[in-house]
Amino acid sequence: MSTGSQLRLVASAPRLRFHLIEPYHPENSVLLGFWIYLMSDCLIFAVLFATYGVLGRSYAGGPSGATLFELPVVAVNTGLLLVSSFTYGMAMISAQGGARRSALAWLGVTGLFGCGFLALELSEFANLLGQGAGPQRSAFLSSFFTLVGTHGLHVVFGVIWLATLMVQVARRGLTETNLRRLLCLSLFWHFLDVIWIGVFSLVYLVGAMQ
Amino acid sequence: MNSTAHIAKKAPAARGGGRADYVRGLVMAAVLTGAAFTLVMSHALGNTPLTIAAVMGLAVAQVVVHMVFFLHMSSRSEGGWNLLALLFTLLLVLIVLGGSLWVMYHLNANMMPPSSDEMRQMP
Repeated sequence: MSTGSQLRLVASAPRLRFHLIEPYHPENSVLLGFWIYLMSDCLIFAVLFATYGVLGRSYAGGPSGATLFELPVVAVNTGLLLVSSFTYGMAMISAQGGARRSALAWLGVTGLFGCGFLALELSEFANLLGQGAGPQRSAFLSSFFTLVGTHGLHVVFGVIWLATLMVQVARRGLTETNLRRLLCLSLFWHFLDVIWIGVFSLVYLVGAMQ
Repeated sequence: MNSTAHIAKKAPAARGGGRADYVRGLVMAAVLTGAAFTLVMSHALGNTPLTIAAVMGLAVAQVVVHMVFFLHMSSRSEGGWNLLALLFTLLLVLIVLGGSLWVMYHLNANMMPPSSDEMRQMP
């Protein structure tokens, strides 16, 4: 179209109206990005599970899972992590409802359960090391400490992140940014619980039978 | 996509489920965990492949419960991209885990130390 005809068109039209039709864009793609990070984390754990699956029965004359694992302790640990997942859900409901104090309280409870989990796991590790069943004892124990330790390390960082977010929420309130951060941590926290299902089933329950 | 759906999607809908969803998830997960631990600790089926299979089955069921009730996975979350990424990851996990176990199992079977009889006949 030439400039002349365009001008004539503008002059003849009483009022120009524009209808912009855009494809749908999500407000922010942070959640999807974070999800993809979690999936890559999932692959790390898959590799560690595979390593444990291959090496898990090479005891090198050392102790096996049947003599080392104390299932009641593991059951308590599993319960702690499961309940912490639930309390985080309650924190999210409070946060989305704008209830800052109850959100903070639920987050605090979640953190305490997370710390309880870590304390039990560390005492279990200390117990194993005390029995001379450290990671250097056999391929089974190397892969065990790598897998369970990596999960524990994730929980440590989850707790640190949780504490940081509690300070953020206490100081800045439930802003949109803070809500998004809480949502990301909720995915992380629930994801760790899902990984723990694999750990207690494959490593502890099956290991205790070997 | 029609215009109302467009607007509805733009509104920042409260993500995640309600209280009832979490309670349901917690109860189901607790039952599945309890079943797995009881099965092994009571030696109900003995140390058999059957027990291992049952524990694995319970674990898979619990993962699904967590995914649906805690992580609120559905084909609609994030326009389906979440689920797609998850399915792709599951495929990779299957290849890595299944492949490793398969290959290493056969390697183990084929690399058994030779018996004393075989040793004697070696050149």
